[in-house]
Amino acid sequence: MKMTMVEALNSCLKQEMGRDGSMVVLGEDVGRDGGVFRVTEGLYEKFGRERVIDTPLSESGIMGVAVGMAALGARPVAEIQFQGFEYNGYHHLVQHAARLRNRTRGEFTVPMVLRLPYSGGIRALEHHSESLESAYLHIPGLKLACPSSPYDAKGLLAAAAVDGDTVLFFEPKRLYRAFREEVPEERYELELGKANILKEGRDVTLVSWGAMTHVSKDAVADAEAQNVSVEHIDLRTLAPCDWETIVTSVKKTGRCVVVHEAVKTLGFGAEIAARIMERAFLSLEAPVRRVTGWDITIPYPKNEDYFFPDKARILKGIMETARF
Amino acid sequence: MAVSRIYEGHIDYMQVLDKDGGVDAALEPAIPRETLEKIYYSLVLARAWDRKCLALQRTGRMYTYAPLEGQEAVSVGVCFALRPEDWLFPTYRESFAYHLRGFPLDTVNLGWMGMEEGLKLDRKMRCFPYAVPIGSQLPHAVGGAYAAKMRGEKCAVVVCCGDGGTSEGDFHDALNFAGVLNTPNVFVISNNQYAISTPRKWQTKSETIAQKALAYGLKGLQVDGNDVLAVYKAVKEAADGVREGKPAVLLEMITYRMGPHTTSDDPKKYRDTQEEAYWRDRDPIRRFQAYLKGKGIWSDDFEKKVQESAAKAVEDAVAKAEAFRPDPKDMFRFVFAHMTKNVEDQMKECFGERQ
Repeated sequence: MKMTMVEALNSCLKQEMGRDGSMVVLGEDVGRDGGVFRVTEGLYEKFGRERVIDTPLSESGIMGVAVGMAALGARPVAEIQFQGFEYNGYHHLVQHAARLRNRTRGEFTVPMVLRLPYSGGIRALEHHSESLESAYLHIPGLKLACPSSPYDAKGLLAAAAVDGDTVLFFEPKRLYRAFREEVPEERYELELGKANILKEGRDVTLVSWGAMTHVSKDAVADAEAQNVSVEHIDLRTLAPCDWETIVTSVKKTGRCVVVHEAVKTLGFGAEIAARIMERAFLSLEAPVRRVTGWDITIPYPKNEDYFFPDKARILKGIMETARF
Repeated sequence: MAVSRIYEGHIDYMQVLDKDGGVDAALEPAIPRETLEKIYYSLVLARAWDRKCLALQRTGRMYTYAPLEGQEAVSVGVCFALRPEDWLFPTYRESFAYHLRGFPLDTVNLGWMGMEEGLKLDRKMRCFPYAVPIGSQLPHAVGGAYAAKMRGEKCAVVVCCGDGGTSEGDFHDALNFAGVLNTPNVFVISNNQYAISTPRKWQTKSETIAQKALAYGLKGLQVDGNDVLAVYKAVKEAADGVREGKPAVLLEMITYRMGPHTTSDDPKKYRDTQEEAYWRDRDPIRRFQAYLKGKGIWSDDFEKKVQESAAKAVEDAVAKAEAFRPDPKDMFRFVFAHMTKNVEDQMKECFGERQ
């Protein structure tokens, strides 16, 4: 069945809620309104108010309560309306969700999913558009998935819903309704920690995730037209990250471009470049190139297009790396 | 051992104009005719501007907008009650208040047209820039009030939020600090009955929001927020009090958001038209208009002049805002006091000045 990412996520949540009677969806406007992006539409009608909670307006409350729910046997799937509003609850992630297992030597755990619509490109107001995955990747104990297609969204969310740890689910807003693709109606999981090689190639490895994968595909097609063969890897999950797939690819191509919407400084591209240096240094024919957002506060919508890596910037990164 | 009552509290509700504009003479504030006319004009202008913003968004000339319709009396009443030396910390829904504090209307438009220049507020107007994260302005206003007091400024610092905002930890931090630090704050809560789709009764189990003030040692009062005279009177008395060193006050304004939360949602999903009709019948502008009529101030001719003048102000503000062209390089210029080399290099790269 052809689905948008919103429909794929919704289909997944309905299935998971049906399978697991302890699952609770909570967040602002997730119930009667079906969520501001309609991801939770129909859940309230199907599963009732006890399992689909329109919470008071408090991110810190949502996340603190979700930690307690998860620790004592419910399975929360919490939604924060926009990742940019999550910081109020950050301390529950850093100080509790990420470390309860360790602090109790496995006796208490926090198996929950936190859904975070992130990234820009939809002309939203301030604080709605940032990509702060690095702020979470720096915390040992948190997993982070970031789908780039409806198919991936459903499979990764299904895996997150049964995972033993806290999984942050970064949903690229600009891809929510950008396109439809074939998504199985039946349940399936995509393994957390396994990257997806979207396209094999010989000359340059391109690594991307989330919203940037879509933009990168166009640049890759243009590069191919100029006889540069690109191996395009979509990470699917950033924590755990599939270093094997990246390193194997770079050993083959000798060149790598990382594309991310987040600002350059300490973006995940920096970690990828460092890992490649550690494990594939002798295979490198060119420096690892990063095409990223600028090191500035993401602009209001009028100027936001200056901020994001676009096809032209990515193509330039690929061609200069290929010809280095 | 006996059980004895150690605390008792109560919350009053204040209304000056009834639903049809009849006035309670004992509560009627003494406001000169010219000011009453300005208040009316401000209410009409607020609505005309708000509806224009909605229309601009629907036709792609403005980005996401958070409509004010139904709540105009709170913004207008607050601004007329304040003195120039007071500070105002509004929410994004109350951006029109900036204009009432002296900020050009076309510049207010710029924020909703996606430009940072919409918040380039002249500090002399003593308005704090609104922020989108809910309730975050509340503790800022407490800190601001503390700073003003330290500097020897005798002023009230009025901070706004909605019913939803009272669920954030920041709300409770702000009230607690205001009590402990004895800051000159007035908390104006526009209880417009909904936080996007979430009704007030799901937001808190408290019977009123005003009573939350009591737990922090502050005074709380519930006010008819669709009654501009009640808002004016409550804010004026509270501001006068805190300027003189009395404890901070929380005013719960009972109002209703007639439109959607923002242009991105559809209220039909979470409320019925009967409820909307109930509140339409308590429209703040119509009530104040009836009051002015009773005082012999309002006439058809007056109405015509007010409407024409408001419509022109709105059209001028839109034309001017749409003609404005921001310099995209400014997005690099205000990250730090002095641009770092790293940011400068990236600015050059962004605008193709470095290969």
